[in-house]
Formats: sequence, C-alpha cells, structure tokens
Amino acid sequence: MPKETIAVAMSGGVDSSVVAGLLHREGYDCVGLTMQLWNQRRLPELATEQATGRCCSLDDVYDARAVANFVGIPYYVVNFEDRFEQHVVKPFVEEYLAGRTPIPCTLCNNFIKFDQFLEMADGVGAHKIATGHYARIRYDEASGRWQLLRSADATKDQTYFLFGLTQSQLSRTMFPLGGMLKPQVRELAMGLGLPVAEKPDSQEICFVPNGDYAAFIDAYSREQGISRERKPGQVVTPEGEVLGEHSGVHHFTVGQRKGIEVKRQKPEPLYLIETNPATRQVVVGSNAELLRAELEVGQINWISIAEPTAAIRAEVRIRNRHTPAWATLTPRERGVAVRFDVPQRAVTPGQAAVFYEGDLVLGGGWIV
Amino acid sequence: MAPGNASSIHRFGQEAKQRMELARRQVAMAVGAKPDQVIFTGGGTEANNLAIFGSLRPGKRHVITTAVEHPAVLSPAREVEATVVPVDGQGLVDPDEIRRAIRPDTALISVMSVNNELGTIQPVGEVLAIAREHGVPVHTDAVQALGKTAVPAADFVTVSAHKVYGPQGVGALVARMPVSKVTFGGHHERDRRPGTENVAGIVGFGAACADLTAPEASLRDRLEELILERIPRTRVNGRGAPRVGNTTNVLFEGIEGEPLVIGLDLKGFAVSSGAACSSGAVEPSHVLTAIGLSREDARSCLRFSLGRGNTEEQVVALVEALEPVVARLRKLSPAYA
Repeated sequence: MPKETIAVAMSGGVDSSVVAGLLHREGYDCVGLTMQLWNQRRLPELATEQATGRCCSLDDVYDARAVANFVGIPYYVVNFEDRFEQHVVKPFVEEYLAGRTPIPCTLCNNFIKFDQFLEMADGVGAHKIATGHYARIRYDEASGRWQLLRSADATKDQTYFLFGLTQSQLSRTMFPLGGMLKPQVRELAMGLGLPVAEKPDSQEICFVPNGDYAAFIDAYSREQGISRERKPGQVVTPEGEVLGEHSGVHHFTVGQRKGIEVKRQKPEPLYLIETNPATRQVVVGSNAELLRAELEVGQINWISIAEPTAAIRAEVRIRNRHTPAWATLTPRERGVAVRFDVPQRAVTPGQAAVFYEGDLVLGGGWIV
Repeated sequence: MAPGNASSIHRFGQEAKQRMELARRQVAMAVGAKPDQVIFTGGGTEANNLAIFGSLRPGKRHVITTAVEHPAVLSPAREVEATVVPVDGQGLVDPDEIRRAIRPDTALISVMSVNNELGTIQPVGEVLAIAREHGVPVHTDAVQALGKTAVPAADFVTVSAHKVYGPQGVGALVARMPVSKVTFGGHHERDRRPGTENVAGIVGFGAACADLTAPEASLRDRLEELILERIPRTRVNGRGAPRVGNTTNVLFEGIEGEPLVIGLDLKGFAVSSGAACSSGAVEPSHVLTAIGLSREDARSCLRFSLGRGNTEEQVVALVEALEPVVARLRKLSPAYA
C-alpha cells in the first residue's frame, strides 16, 4: 500500500539528508524541498573567506540536490527569502537594537518551518513534513494531545527551539532522528551511502556569518537605512555608579563578561546584568548579582498539557545550554510567573523559557 | 572519426568548415540575412553581450533598452550607461519613449522581438524607423521570435539554437553592421568572435533552422479558454497585445506560483513561474512587475509554453490537473477569501 507523501525539509546537511534517505527506504513518497531563506551575497561587507557552510549557500543547495538525486526523490528549491526577512531577520535586528537577545531559530520554527513550509508542503500535495530536528513527537491517547519530547541524544536536543509548535503542526510533523544518537545518524548516512555523510555539522545562526551578530546588525541596518549612528551610553553598577562608556546596547548580552570596558576596575570580575535601551545604560555587577529567582513568561504555548489553572511544578530551561531547574509556575493573567527553587544565572528578556517534566515538553514562552 | 578543427588547413578541417558554412547559410536564411553577417556564439547571452559592448564607440557609450528584456540584455546594459524604457500593461514599449531617450552619445537601442514570459511581439519595426532618423543602430534579441514569427531586420539580431529544437549552448549574432570583438584571441568568425567554433552545435543549429514550423495559436488559445472557463479568478497577461502562438502567462489570483509549479511537475507537467535564481528558487518576475503587477500577483503567475508534439488531450489533462491544485492552494491561502 502506498504510504503518505512527505515533504522533507532538506538543508544539505547530514541530518536532513538522513531523514530523506530513511523515509524513502521505509517506502514513503518523499519530495525534497530546500528553503532559500537568505541571500548570502546581500551584505557583501560580511563576506569572509569562510563563506561556505552557511545557510542557503549554493554549496548547500548543491549538496541537498545531490542527496535527493542519489536517494531518488523529486527535489525543488523554494524561495522563502521575503518571508524569512519579514518574520525572522527583521524582528531579530529590531529586538537586538531594543536591547533584548532574540532567538531567530525559534522565530524561524514558529513562522517559517512549521508554518509556511507546512503550507508549501500542503500546496505541493504532501500530507506531512519531516525535518532533521532532534526531538520526538508522540500522540497521547489519554489526553488526546500530541506531545513533544526531548530527543534521545541529550546533547543534540532541540526542543528549546520548538516550544511554539501547535497541536495541528505536531500532528503533521515527523522528526525521524528524535530517537537516535548523533553517531548513529552519521553511521546511517554512511550506510545509506549519502554524499554528505562526512560533512561537518553547522553551528551558528544560519544567516549570521561567524556568529558575529553585531557586525550583521550593523550591516543590515545600514542597508535598510535604519539609523545606526553610534548611540553610546553609560556602564553603571546596580547602585547607579558610572563606571565607563559603551558604544551601543546591541553589542551586549546578559551574562557576558568579555568586552565590557570600564574606567575604574572593580576587584571582582564584572558581568552584564541588564541593558536598558531607554536610558542607553548597561548595568554590570558581580556574578552573584546575575542570579535571579523570579521571572515572568508571556506568549505561552502549551503543548503536552492543557493550560494549567493552578500552580504547577516544572523544570524550566532559560537558554538552550541551560540545565533545566525546578520551579513553581503560577498562572497570571497573561502567561505565568516562574519562581526557581534555586536562583538562576543570567535571566535574559527576549529569550525563551521552556517548561519540562522529565522528557516531556509541557510548553514554553518568552521571558518578559 | 574525430571532427576536424574548422580553422585547419587539412581535409578534416575543411570538411568541418564546409558543414559549418552550410549551417551559416541555414541560419542566415532563417533570419533573412547574408551568411557573412552570421557570427556564431556560445548562445544568446554571449550574442547580446557582443551586440551591446561591441557597439560602443568613443563618445558613444549610452544604451537604450526596455524594462522587459531578458537578463542577458539588462545585465550587460547595466554595465554601461543605460536608459531603461518602461512598457505598458501589455508589455509593449512605446516607440515614442525610445525616441525621447535618444541622446547624442547613444550607441545602441536594444529592444527584444518577442518577450519570453508573455509572448508579446514588440514594435521593433517602428523602433527601427525612429532609430534610422537619428542614425542609431538597433539590436533585437530575437531568441523568442525565431521560428515563431518574423525576425525583424535590425542591425544586430540575437538568435539561439535551443529555442528552435536545436542544441543548447549555441547561438548567433547577426551583424549587419561592423561590431567590435569583446573577447580576444584568434581571427575566427571574420575576426568578430575568437575561439574554436562549436562545430557540432553549429551544425545542429543549422539543421534546426532548416526545419522551422511556426506554432499554431489554436492549441494555446484552447488552453487559455479552458483555464479561464474552469478556474475562477484567472487572467491572461499580455492578452491584448500581438503575441506568438506558443506562450501564455496566466495569473491565478491569491495563490503562490511556486507550489503550483512543483505540484504540476509531480504530475508530469513542466511549467514555469517567475525567474529561476542561481539556487533554483523562483524570484518574482521583473517582466510582470514591469507590466504593473504587484510582487504578490507576480508570484501568482504561471507560464505555459506549448511545443511540437503537444496535443489537445494533453492540454485538457493539464487543466484537469491544474484545477484541483489551484483549489487546494486557495483553500490554504489566507489571502484568498
């Protein structure tokens, strides 16, 4: 019996290539699609010698096409540049300039990959989409809900970026790598004979070369005519003592230690505690002053459970690399108030807070 | 036996030369020119570049062209000083606009014969008459005209083999006036285009030119009629202008052309939308925005090109495949209420 048609989101990397190879082998009718998200030639001042290996480079499209041809599935490149700019790049830059630290990968998942890409899949006649994300999806009969779970490979888990998935999106998405360890995926790539089996993993935010956000934001603002005049401000202590000057709030991320220049040295290392775009001040202090027990989370998407009406206990992750910590979540009019049992370091507005119960992703939202 | 080099003195070379010269006569006859006016090139793009850069003279470095040209004209034109003349809603250029753009330093006017996306036939004859008054040479990219309609007798004419069922990667510039070479090497093609000739390609081009049959518009008209009748909110772009018989460009309001092209390809129908960029993704067509379509509407257009061997049954099957895909996409599209 012919199985469903699956649109495989192919980046040209090992993971999504293995997805295509696996699903094809299992007898699914696959269509490979690569989203052209960003034109790397657009901000030429960012070009470096390491121009390869970035998203949407011609090399990646070449690789994805080679894999699709090798596997024997139809393949197309679809143009998402306008949508990506509108829903990911622009908000990313605006948030950054406003002194917050946004997560473009989550925006991309929410507004591009599991929204418009799903629509594109619908359009070409596919029933479901499959991606190379490390996460698991299952249907829970008891609650009648689709659940999102952490991947088997704890080091690769991407659920932090996937908390925005709705029930309908989860019902039409496959993460075939969620139950595997990365070395297994590499082995599978070898076993399938995929031409990208030895390609290195991508690391950084795809459209920002070499992870240099500040350079990207400067270049993009210049192109868009967004005022990028240096807006220097003061570096202050929590008590308001002025320690020095900085060249613009978008150069800073909560928790960072390097790159803070002060005229008067303090005896202990200084960390960035908060940025205040309105006064253009950045507040620095000791490591202890970075700790916070309470935070507010808004725009919450509940995944594996219905929206709670009373306080619940959950493990909360506030950064991708953060080890989830126990907290009590109390419903508020908008969102929840999170109170950690043990204060956590560098709570950063604009980052996501994702709620877990073991492997189960309960939901998540944005730190206010 | 390996083919000889057409520039060689020996008999192998002479034989290759003879075959190439037969092809030159065949191409010349197809465009109504003299054989020695035919310069074989590596395709239409190279011929356009040769016409534009090869027409520049000291003190004459200005080029006039239109907003709906192929990138093979627009890109080289942007490398020199160019005036890009707009077109009307049907994709036609107003010859008076060309007249107004002429300057003392104008080296060349380049107006395509037939638009590749719309199939509309430009008034190149009128442009020629105006240019004659001002003593400015005229180039026409006739890649889409050859074999479909009369090729204008412009001073420079670009043609390409693969649009007339010949091989890919070979074309010609017909030069009725002297043209300066733009690449440098040997003295091939009467010292106008150096480099060993692509004899096999050229011979194929000649054979294709000896076997031209203009497409009947009736099949295309049937396709348009079926689409307009069976699929609501559709419109044919450029329908009010004279057109060649094989091409139609249809706007499907409120949907994206890209999934439509993919959905049709998966069903065995090869159609196109917009312009392919280097990755293979589709960019909104500059031709469609030039005739006044919004970026969104430009994304909602499909181009259908019919060719030899297409039948009425295939046209009917195409519309039958199209109907449900369009319906499905419209159901998905928030823009379509």
